[in-house]
Amino acid sequence: MSEVESLSRQDWDVVVVGGGNAALCAAIEAAEAGCRVLILEGAPEPYRGGNSRHTRNFRCMHKGPLSVLTDSYGEDEYFDDLMLVTKGETDEDLARLAIRSSEDCLPWMEAHGVRFQPSLSGTLSLSRTNAFFLGGGKALVNAYYNTAEDLGVSVAYEAQVKHVEVRDGRFEAVQAEIAGAPCRIRGRAVILASGGFQADIDWLARAWGPSARNFLIRGTPYNRGVVLNDMLEQGAESVGDPTQCHAVAIDGRAPKFDGGIVTRLDCVPFSIVVNREGERFYDEGEDVWPKRYAIWGRLVAAQPDQVAYSIIDSRSIDLFMPSVFKPDQADSIEELAEKLELPPDKLKETVVHFNAACREGDFYPTELDGLATQGISPAKTNWARPISEPPFYGYALRPGVTFTYLGLKVDRTARVSDAQGRYDNIWAAGEIMAGSILGQGYLAGFGMTIGTVFGRIAGQEAAAHVN
Amino acid sequence: MSINIVQGVETDQETEAIQEARRQVEICNACRYCEGYCSVFPAITRKRLFAEGDLTQLANLCHNCRGCYYACQYTEPHEFALNIPKILAEVRSESWETFAWPGGLARRFQESGVTMALLLTAGLALFFALIQFLQPESGRGFYAYLSHGLMVALFAPAFLLPLATIAISLRRYWRSVGGARVRLSQLKTAFLDAAQLRNLSGGQGQGCNFEQGTRYTDRRRWLHQAVLYGFLLCFASTSSATLMHYVMGWEAPYGFFTPPKLLGVPGGILLMIGTAGLAWLKLRAAPELGAVRVWGGEMAFVLLLFLVAATGLALYAASGTAAVSPLLAIHLGAVLTFFLLMPYSKMVHGFYRLAALVRDAQQKESTQ
Ligand SMILES: Cc1cc2nc3c(=O)[nH]c(=O)nc-3n(C[C@H](O)[C@H](O)[C@H](O)COP(=O)(O)OP(=O)(O)OC[C@H]3O[C@@H](n4cnc5c(N)ncnc54)[C@H](O)[C@@H]3O)c2cc1C
Ligand code: SF4
Ligand code: SF4
Repeated sequence: MSEVESLSRQDWDVVVVGGGNAALCAAIEAAEAGCRVLILEGAPEPYRGGNSRHTRNFRCMHKGPLSVLTDSYGEDEYFDDLMLVTKGETDEDLARLAIRSSEDCLPWMEAHGVRFQPSLSGTLSLSRTNAFFLGGGKALVNAYYNTAEDLGVSVAYEAQVKHVEVRDGRFEAVQAEIAGAPCRIRGRAVILASGGFQADIDWLARAWGPSARNFLIRGTPYNRGVVLNDMLEQGAESVGDPTQCHAVAIDGRAPKFDGGIVTRLDCVPFSIVVNREGERFYDEGEDVWPKRYAIWGRLVAAQPDQVAYSIIDSRSIDLFMPSVFKPDQADSIEELAEKLELPPDKLKETVVHFNAACREGDFYPTELDGLATQGISPAKTNWARPISEPPFYGYALRPGVTFTYLGLKVDRTARVSDAQGRYDNIWAAGEIMAGSILGQGYLAGFGMTIGTVFGRIAGQEAAAHVN
Repeated sequence: MSINIVQGVETDQETEAIQEARRQVEICNACRYCEGYCSVFPAITRKRLFAEGDLTQLANLCHNCRGCYYACQYTEPHEFALNIPKILAEVRSESWETFAWPGGLARRFQESGVTMALLLTAGLALFFALIQFLQPESGRGFYAYLSHGLMVALFAPAFLLPLATIAISLRRYWRSVGGARVRLSQLKTAFLDAAQLRNLSGGQGQGCNFEQGTRYTDRRRWLHQAVLYGFLLCFASTSSATLMHYVMGWEAPYGFFTPPKLLGVPGGILLMIGTAGLAWLKLRAAPELGAVRVWGGEMAFVLLLFLVAATGLALYAASGTAAVSPLLAIHLGAVLTFFLLMPYSKMVHGFYRLAALVRDAQQKESTQ
């Protein structure tokens, strides 16, 4: 009997759709409660783990020093940090549930194979709030797959779920293709943890406009929102702005998908950023980069061809984390413009104009130094040093999409509902429901918190339902 | 002055392995997720540009624990195609060939287990012949088969000359990685790291990913230390015998409650367990996460070490029987082969590894 046939012939207690952090946490909880669990991971094995395999940390509340986390990080401070980035578009009840539960998650994660390490070099600012995974997200994902295997969870790779069969508010089966072979898999409960839709470029383009075709997708190509769309078509309640996505400015030469962390570029605050026409369009020195890199995704997305160029001189090249692609380099601005295919005269004019607006003062790369331009618009309000010492360097920037906000609405028990009320046996966890908590903006490390907290809740609830 | 990061520090004579290592290490430097596994990644983050010597140093620092392979989100089929354990193993074995003196020999023995076996056969034949034709009139213990004078005449140069060539190689290494004058504290750090195989601990004592894919295990560390300490015990045993012979005028054979035996027997047992275990792990581990080219030579070397230990113990067990004569020939042949191959086989890794650890300690100090 083929693997597909044998999977279809069984009655599973809990079917988990997706194979990232949320899915794995749910599967482990359900299996520990004694359920027979099947994970359907759409990606082939080397790419298992969705966007979770690109992550590096999760944000964790703690009353005192906890594992690798220093000092304390209380519920209110955490919540305030969240409100700041979401500008209030937050479901307070669910957010506080996630925050409060995060403290228990850390020891749970350790007990299930995840290892933590002190914050990475260059991220000291996060050592109090974010616990870093030893080896990053893929090591976390590997640890969970091993734990799941030890608990007897079955895993099918290249298992793309196409349709969730729901009758009278009850889930009955999923229709999937496993390595291309269609099948129907029955279960007594289902947990949807298949991420957002950001890898479906057509959907992005419908939501955002045609310019979205030039966006790069920072994570997995397998999160195409097939299950999300299927549930929405069946009337499941949704939450989150369907037209929005979280996008940051990344290296324009990054691969279309899966470029991950190494494509980030931290040079913007020390540079001037121009568009294809060679014109500046925003204050590059508004704030320290981690606080600004998300708005630059949108800023670049609004420029012609969704591309921009960050230009620095030799004095700044060592001030930021090395990038994976080498910059273009030239001894004059005109030559650099030619390499970047920008109008040389215009770029020269922009640089001369900018340099003339810089004033004397002390330059401190690691803090807001107030070294601002005078008399130009847009101003550069910090780190405004003339671009004058050759060689000059240029990096292309493009919007890189991290995730989408549209999701399934869930309650405190991670249960999904439609207009008639809660479904009997359908739960959702992770990115697919993160819109329930996070209406806009993003707080570093919160994605994994949501996935872990709600993945665990979904697993426990589904198991309680089945048992 | 600012570094020229586009032109970089490449030179024309670089091998493909060096260039590929640079490409991969630059990706790691933008990522840094593996910082907690070993000393290689912190050493990467201390640099922005990687000259050939820097890459040689990183390669010799890497213990091939493979943690950074299984944790990497950029391994094939991803287009970035990261495989740090493999490329560093390639640079490492290449560097030993470059620094070896005389050149060329290392390549032969690293790549070909068969060549090693041929040398071994020659060694065995030599001793069978010696025992056959030059057996002394009188003598006790082993010296009844081969005179003490002849043994010393053979083994002293066979041991010391290879050590001298290793010293030359290490000097070349040291120059290439830009090593500074060594301080005692740096030696201490390096020896402590090696004594605990800290870089094979996975960073937190959970072990490495050598033979069990994504699961950590500490087996390789234990088995390697059995080999290391077993070897050191055997070495101490031989040294104590030499001392007893020359300083105290106390000639072999020695009884069980004498230093040579009390050190040598447990040493030999550890060495056998360790080498057998390492060979077994090597069969289970994925070859494509190491330097495939030298797999055969490495395996042959582990087996040779096993043979040295096993025949040494067998020889002790057989004392007074007719088996001593052939066992002695086999044992001495294996030991001779082992000595001669020290500079040109996996054995040399110990010397380079220590040098790399010392250099790493220096670099850590200079950035503090
Ligand atoms: C580059 C990058 C870095 C990030 N860094 C961090 C960080 O450091 N900390 C943090 O908290 N967050 C980070 N995030 C966000 C984080 O990745 C997500 O919030 C989190 O991984 C979501 O987990 P998940 O399990 O919901 O989704 P995913 O991990 O994306 O898993 C979704 C799974 O569903 C599968 N799937 C999709 N469709 C189907 C289908 N039809 N059938 C079957 N399976 C399907 C996918 O293959 C995948 O396995 C980062 C994101 C990116 C892109
Ligand atoms: S091996 Fe991969 S995950 Fe580890 S630091 Fe390098 S690029 Fe990052
Ligand atoms: S294989 Fe192990 S020792 Fe070598 S670089 Fe990777 S993590 Fe470090």
